[in-house]
Amino acid sequence: MSENTPNKPKIGVYTCHCGTNISSMVDVENVRDWAKEHLGSEGVIVSRDYKFMCSSLGQELIEKDIKELGLERVVVAACSPHLHEKTFRGASERAGLNPYLTEMVSIREQVSWVHTDKVVATAKAKSLIAGTVERVAQNAPLEKLKVPINANTLVVGGGISGIQAALEVANAGFHVYLVEREPSIGGHMAQFDKTFPTLDCSACILTPRMVEAGSNPNITLLTWSEVVSVTGFVGAFNVTIKKKARFVNEELCTGCGICWEKCPKSVIDDVYEAGLGYRKAVYTPFAQAVPKYPVIDKPNCTFFQKGTCKACEKFCPTNAIDFNQKDEYLNVEVGNVILATGYDLFDAGRVTNYGYGRLPNVFTSMEFERMCNASGPTGGEITLRDGITKPQTVGIIHCVGSRDKNYNNYCSTICCMQSLKFAHLVKERTGADVYEFYIDMRTAAKSYDEFYQRVLDEGTLFVRGKVAEVTDAARQPHEKGKLIVQVEDTLIGKQRRIPVDMVLLSIGMEPRADAKETGKLFGISCSSDGWFMERHPKLDPISTMTEGIYIAGCATGPKDIPGSVSQGAAAAARVLDKILQKEVELEPIRASVNENKCSGCRICNNLCPFSAISFMPELGITRINPALCQGCGTCVAACPAGAISGTGFSNEQIFAQIDGILMGI
Amino acid sequence: MSNKPKFAMYWAASCGGCEIAVLNIHEKILDVDANFDVVFWPVAMDAKYKDVEEMEDKSILLTLFNGSMRNDENEKIAHLMRRKSQILVSFGSCATEGCVPGLANLFPVNEIMDVAFHTVTTDNPNNILPQTSFEVPEGTLHLPTMNSRVKTLAQVVDVDYYMPGCPPESHQIAAVVDLVIQVLQGKAQLPPKGSVIGAGNSTVCDECPRARNVKMIKAFHRIQEVAPLDPTLCILEQGVPCNGPATRSGCNARCPRVGAQCIGCYGPAEGVLDYGARLVTAFASVVDAKEPAEIESILDGIPDPTGQFYRFNLADSLMRASTSNWKKNGH
Amino acid sequence: MSEQFEPVIVGFTCNWCSYRAADTAGTARVKYAPNVRLIRLMCSGRLDPTFVMKALAGGADGVLITGCHPGDCHYIEQNYKALRRFLLLRRTLAGLGVEPGRIKLIWASAAEGLKLAHEINQFVEEVRALGPLNWPKWNDQPAEIDAVKEVA
Repeated sequence: MSENTPNKPKIGVYTCHCGTNISSMVDVENVRDWAKEHLGSEGVIVSRDYKFMCSSLGQELIEKDIKELGLERVVVAACSPHLHEKTFRGASERAGLNPYLTEMVSIREQVSWVHTDKVVATAKAKSLIAGTVERVAQNAPLEKLKVPINANTLVVGGGISGIQAALEVANAGFHVYLVEREPSIGGHMAQFDKTFPTLDCSACILTPRMVEAGSNPNITLLTWSEVVSVTGFVGAFNVTIKKKARFVNEELCTGCGICWEKCPKSVIDDVYEAGLGYRKAVYTPFAQAVPKYPVIDKPNCTFFQKGTCKACEKFCPTNAIDFNQKDEYLNVEVGNVILATGYDLFDAGRVTNYGYGRLPNVFTSMEFERMCNASGPTGGEITLRDGITKPQTVGIIHCVGSRDKNYNNYCSTICCMQSLKFAHLVKERTGADVYEFYIDMRTAAKSYDEFYQRVLDEGTLFVRGKVAEVTDAARQPHEKGKLIVQVEDTLIGKQRRIPVDMVLLSIGMEPRADAKETGKLFGISCSSDGWFMERHPKLDPISTMTEGIYIAGCATGPKDIPGSVSQGAAAAARVLDKILQKEVELEPIRASVNENKCSGCRICNNLCPFSAISFMPELGITRINPALCQGCGTCVAACPAGAISGTGFSNEQIFAQIDGILMGI
Repeated sequence: MSNKPKFAMYWAASCGGCEIAVLNIHEKILDVDANFDVVFWPVAMDAKYKDVEEMEDKSILLTLFNGSMRNDENEKIAHLMRRKSQILVSFGSCATEGCVPGLANLFPVNEIMDVAFHTVTTDNPNNILPQTSFEVPEGTLHLPTMNSRVKTLAQVVDVDYYMPGCPPESHQIAAVVDLVIQVLQGKAQLPPKGSVIGAGNSTVCDECPRARNVKMIKAFHRIQEVAPLDPTLCILEQGVPCNGPATRSGCNARCPRVGAQCIGCYGPAEGVLDYGARLVTAFASVVDAKEPAEIESILDGIPDPTGQFYRFNLADSLMRASTSNWKKNGH
Repeated sequence: MSEQFEPVIVGFTCNWCSYRAADTAGTARVKYAPNVRLIRLMCSGRLDPTFVMKALAGGADGVLITGCHPGDCHYIEQNYKALRRFLLLRRTLAGLGVEPGRIKLIWASAAEGLKLAHEINQFVEEVRALGPLNWPKWNDQPAEIDAVKEVA
């Protein structure tokens, strides 16, 4: 053991062999001896190596040295800190050393696994270790921040995922505000006829959940409502919700339906009926809507547009119609937020070569769902656009808007199964011939492939190839009056023209058009294709970078119903965990302002996406709210006066690391 | 000789503004005279280096040393004054951070000579250059030799205190004089060695009366291109690069108060390693664009970023000089 | 045998994308040039221009800055702020004679280990072509001038 250098903290360096993962490319013994010899003047008093530092024996080695040698800093040269930082900081903590005084050096991922010359790799490992030794000397002990948790929860989005999340939290005995911007909860699932692969009636399994959510005393249902502002932080969010005027008094309305019966104005229902059917200007989207109260669609209401009518008001038995109702703003305090805002459907008209909008008998998948539905616009009859003719041949095109570099690169995951379901329904109800045009069949979940087999057995014809065009320009007599699907059948290597009566476009999912704004509102980000970004795509798919904001369902990416339900439940479990802990611990990587040095120049004021930075006009200085700060350090790097400092990654730490890395150059 | 403590002031590579600033303390100068014996002040009284050399070491209590280290004479006197003084103050921007003379570090010395003696504005048909030594009948005459680069005083000798400003504000000089007198009278204590004195702890904005908002800049302009400048609003917010946010306070926001942008003569704030870096990050932070091409076009509004950010501080910056300087001159 | 110039490059990565990209490259055993030594920051937005200057003045031949792809920042949009700083810093350093090619900003997602390795290889070659920077170690008296000011 070498003597301690005055003014330097006592540092221990521990180099891991990782079996042979590191030692095969880095001369670990050489590194160990070098650290003792060359970094002694930098405060290193002990340097050891071990086969597996992360093993309990390896950890004990460190703990023993902390206790017996009085180590004040620990450097572990091993794998990536993303793997074992927690492990080694935990070991230090057990031995009584503040965990933030321990740092790791990645000499496996960044050295032994990626380099091929042992001499060079060993030199690089030394350089990285020297940097971290210098850095760790500048580390300060940090304490985690503790924030109390408000037990109320906000769930945004009343689709199946949001409903599930709300019910889980409410059933555990905590209050939920469930906000939905449409007049009823239910989401896309309420539009479907059958669900794959079980062919359950979608409404039959969904509506009980909707009713449950609508009647649970722990759930405040806020439909026809939108979140307009969010302030605060995990444990104490302050949320303003705009309750759009329904023009129907919810206290008085019984949902009897006389108003929409009497309303003289029919409107094409672009939302629920996917444009295939009509609704009235005063309406509930569908019969089982929750809540049962209708809304008056102001831009389409004759009274609002022309000043006369009021048929609904005249006939309402309980005087519930209120044309003077105004938007209301509700302020609620919640501790956690679950965003289950769902998806938009890909606009099929963008793929002009498939003729949607131009060729009447090209339908989207959602139009077809409504067509199949017994309560839908055709009463469940599968017909061409004329509403009468039954198709003899139907072509179903997969991946419309998905897996296509012109539109979206990703796979929408549900379209294969949805298309198989359509094939089955067409066969069952019309006996028509069905062609499936697919790129690859993706039926990888429980009972999915069995369903594929069933549809194959039913005689559906599968053509592997991306459809080039759907046209009504006949070249052969037998093509006359048909839609011709032009496709390269890649299995036989031939171009084919397949005449059909009806084309179904299996359109993909897209992020909500306003997902970015929603993300901004809640302080979370979207990935490059626009879906909400997870904290970790594998290990933490329902958390976000913002503490207390969780994401579930298709808002995070295309998903089937079981996936959406699972995520809703998982997010709820995470929220319940937070609520039951009563307080949350936050990583102490935070920025703070030295108020004596702050000049109030306001350079930093536009930099924080988490609204942690605020200007105090009466004091002429800027402050940072530590609970809102996520520790990115952008303001630290920006402050022209050097008045903002950041824990964990301070200037002194980084400067020292640079010096250490370049030591000897 | 009186028993009063001894005072000296010296100018190395400088313009003389610092001396004028000292005289601008008005009647306070009488206090200096009353409390000190002025032993060496080339700009104010006749003296010879020899006289100083003959003084006992540490016999001068206070030396205000202004000017940067441009040549070997500057350095020699810096060492001399260090040896003779108890308290050596790096006085003014030139001594403290190199100031405008430090911008010479962007060029090699021979190029500077070329510009001075060979350009069209110089009538020098015989191509005569100053020589560092010259034989005359009486013997050899010497001129100081240019250093390869301009240094700050503290890069040459140990300095006790730093007093920034080009020049330091007279009211700050008066306050420092007052402080030293009070220390002499046992009424006050000197600040810790290495302190910056005669300046504030924050930056210019702290003393600037202009209103400030969240800044989002779509274009940078030169000040004469913005007319009329709103007299009540932050100059940077009006698109004029104002160095105030990064520049140490103490001048009472003198330039912004009269409608001119701060150019940074008080140097970096406390604890800042590189002044220019603070301005790079500050100005970049308020650029309101996301696309590289748009950002670049906004940045075109700062045509000489190096000059903008290092007008006063280059010699004391992390980089100190440009490659064209040190690659030619060595270092 | 001619001795090839091996540039020393300091790299700054964000914690979420580019550092993980380095992890990914490691896990996939992607081989790349050993010249870059990475320093982890929480976000590319933490990158203070001082870090780059300190690295170059301290002996590095080049500086690599890596962050999440635009729009993918784990802190929403801080990488745009890094981009703005980087562009102004590059101009400022150019005025001091540092070739713009010596500092580079690249985006790499956590999944893009291969891309990061490729970018590192390419940058190493670019800096190698520029030759050593060899910024002088200013031997000032007293040696620790900056430290004195820092203590102040």
